[in-house]
Amino acid sequence: MTTLYDRLGGAEAVNAAVDIFYRKVLADDRVNGFFDNTDMDRQIAKQKAFLTMAFGGPNKYTGKDMRTGHKHLVARGLNDSHVDAIIELLGSTLKELGAAPADIAQVAAIAESVRNDVLNR
Amino acid sequence: MHASQGEVPEAAQKGLKTTLRKQNLFLSCQCLPEHDMTVSLPDAQGLDTRAVIASREMLNHNVMRLLLRPESGFACEPGQFISLINGDGLARSYSVANNPVRDGVIELHIRLLKGGMMSDFLREEAAPGETVTVRGPAGNCFYVSDDGRDYPIVLAGTGTGLAPLYGIVKQALAMGHNGAIQLFHGALHSNDLYLVEELLALAAGHAPLRYTPCVLHDAPGSLPGPFYVQGNIEDVVLSALPSDKAPARLFLCGAPEFVNALKRKAFLAGLASRHIFADAFLPSKPMPAAA
Ligand SMILES: Cc1cc2nc3c(=O)[nH]c(=O)nc-3n(C[C@H](O)[C@H](O)[C@H](O)COP(=O)(O)OP(=O)(O)OC[C@H]3O[C@@H](n4cnc5c(N)ncnc54)[C@H](O)[C@@H]3O)c2cc1C
Repeated sequence: MTTLYDRLGGAEAVNAAVDIFYRKVLADDRVNGFFDNTDMDRQIAKQKAFLTMAFGGPNKYTGKDMRTGHKHLVARGLNDSHVDAIIELLGSTLKELGAAPADIAQVAAIAESVRNDVLNR
Repeated sequence: MHASQGEVPEAAQKGLKTTLRKQNLFLSCQCLPEHDMTVSLPDAQGLDTRAVIASREMLNHNVMRLLLRPESGFACEPGQFISLINGDGLARSYSVANNPVRDGVIELHIRLLKGGMMSDFLREEAAPGETVTVRGPAGNCFYVSDDGRDYPIVLAGTGTGLAPLYGIVKQALAMGHNGAIQLFHGALHSNDLYLVEELLALAAGHAPLRYTPCVLHDAPGSLPGPFYVQGNIEDVVLSALPSDKAPARLFLCGAPEFVNALKRKAFLAGLASRHIFADAFLPSKPMPAAA
């Protein structure tokens, strides 16, 4: 049985997706305020780690990382609507890359599973 | 990590920028050595080289061209930067504007700041014949031809941000680059430009190269014109990005605000993040906040 990560195309898919995804994030007024004044290269590296996780690939994310990593953003107003927007942008990125709807839903479910950790609740 | 000896497995360099791969940098977590390798942490590779000041020359009212002759073998890619350390241990980063291996000297372009410590040393004390220390090189702003020589190159710098770009352009031309090369140099006033004659001649002699000086505040009469574009270099560069974005490479150097803003805008305009190479000339200490 192939894994979700393999079906999506593994590390190559992450590399292809990261620019498309991050461009959407920066262009989206609902969420780009959280990405102001950030070092682009560092952000791209972080987005790669996030996409690898959401694509079901090998990752070292823990609930604790998710919490500490987003604490300062929650203090700045990060809430459910922003998580919704990110999951939506993730979906449209995958659609653009030609992923199957069932796989897109599975990625959304993985992203959904870290929502409470991201929002520190 | 950095491999000083031994072959780096392909998998350990996957996803890294070509300029990082070329320096034998790799991801240790992805590295299953196939042969013996000698490795070190990347920032520990910088060896110190003693160098003699060969010449100092003003290129405009405040930019000095400093030529240093290394006493022992020194190698770097044109466009990387080194740390210049004087006898008092004062250290500052400067970008390399030439190919030191070919020329036997290291060429630096240094904007002399009023009250700057290294600036004062260079203006008043650093006489030809004096010895300094060069540490490095570092940085991944340089030309590579691994993916062929046909991709379009855009280079944009403000002030002495021209230094690394000048090195990269000359290297690309020496390597026989075929793709279009567009060089943009931004200055506040036309008298802040430098190497204008050399660059106009270089562009006239090399078909792929176009050189566009951009001056923010026009001061008519200061230099015979109009050989420059008047306007904000950011806008000029964005409107000149190649239509074929996928293979295009962008090099950005100079003022941090300029570098970071254009990096983001060019990325949003469609350039691949792994094709954007930038060195922000950060001050040695945080600048006092603007009032
Ligand atoms: C990677 C890298 C590459 C660099 N390459 C070059 C290069 O090729 N050519 C070059 O000229 N410089 C380059 N720089 C900048 C250089 O390293 C020094 O910061 C600069 O020469 C000033 O040093 P100084 O000792 O004369 O001044 P300092 O004593 O460090 O500073 C004096 C005062 O000037 C202020 N100041 C510093 N920078 C600026 C600025 N840009 N504008 C206005 N005020 C400022 C400082 O806050 C301080 O108050 C580079 C920097 C980096 C990080």
